[in-house]
Amino acid sequence: MAWQDNRVEMNPSLAVYQGMKRAGINFATSVPCVNLQELLALVSGDPEIIHVPVTREEEGVGICAGAWMGGRRPALLMQNSGLGNSINALASLDMLYGIPLLMIISHRGGVGEPVIGQVPMGRLTVPLLDAMAIPYFEPQQGEAEEIVAQAWSLAAAGRRPVAVLLDLEFWRG
Amino acid sequence: MLRIEAIALAAEAAAAQDALLISNIGFPSRELFSVRDRPENFYMLGSMGLASSIGLGLALACAERKVMVLDGDGSVLMNLGTLATIAHHAPQNYLLVILDNGCYGSTGSQPTCTHLGTDLFALAKAAGVKKVGLVERAEDLAPALLGHEVVVIVKVEEGNAPVPIIGLSPEEILDRFIRNLSEYSEA
Repeated sequence: MAWQDNRVEMNPSLAVYQGMKRAGINFATSVPCVNLQELLALVSGDPEIIHVPVTREEEGVGICAGAWMGGRRPALLMQNSGLGNSINALASLDMLYGIPLLMIISHRGGVGEPVIGQVPMGRLTVPLLDAMAIPYFEPQQGEAEEIVAQAWSLAAAGRRPVAVLLDLEFWRG
Repeated sequence: MLRIEAIALAAEAAAAQDALLISNIGFPSRELFSVRDRPENFYMLGSMGLASSIGLGLALACAERKVMVLDGDGSVLMNLGTLATIAHHAPQNYLLVILDNGCYGSTGSQPTCTHLGTDLFALAKAAGVKKVGLVERAEDLAPALLGHEVVVIVKVEEGNAPVPIIGLSPEEILDRFIRNLSEYSEA
């Protein structure tokens, strides 16, 4: 079927990367997830993007905030477990001052998750974003490039953090 | 040395170098605001632990501009990974000044682990920061801030100066900081 052919052609990591490029993202911090490894390689290999691998996601929020203050367009690449590590910084730095941030989040802990430890934060990810009034998108594969670019536009226009959640189904390719 | 004395010296060094200055949450920002307010000062009002990180992102984005961070021992202990990240990613225009008073000064002077012997100088070295300075006397501070260190630990006395809260909103702090930065870039 045609849609299946599209799925084969579409590399999910490349689609997200192209969305970042379309948005003009030129600064990234990251904590790895197994599903982000191809995307992280693309970002690391891009001479137009300053990439800082960080020790903890909250640290990445701080570095991205400083980079934006200095004129860069920042993204934080992480697993949804890292959202929990970032709550205070998102609220009392980005949301307090009005600092935009694109969060590219591998959303673990949903249908098909093999690691039980991922399940609690998997369930809490959307409620946490809702509680903080942080907008989020959950694109299908074919939409990822467009949605990632839109997510940055929303972040920049509203000077706020915006999340793109990419679940196990998305990465399956 | 009192912390406010160290902050005044650091603010002077920052102004002399046209440096951007990121200041830690709580009394340190209030003391900086009272001794030397500049549009180039960014006062942290939340996100404890992230002063060094905000400054690092800023320094990477503004390679041509000196970026100085005033941090504290309690805050650095909260984000110790920052020392490892700084060791490997900080550009030459970055300087982290850790004002170590051995306590959480803004919350009632509860002791931190540096009071019990944790050594931030050794931690920074062990994290891989090559140029680390240690200052214990006021007369040694200014030269240390004009050198090539990446991290400077400054031993200060506990206690806060009786200074008022910062009379700026978060939006005002950020907007004048960014406006000043863009005017500088265009000049």
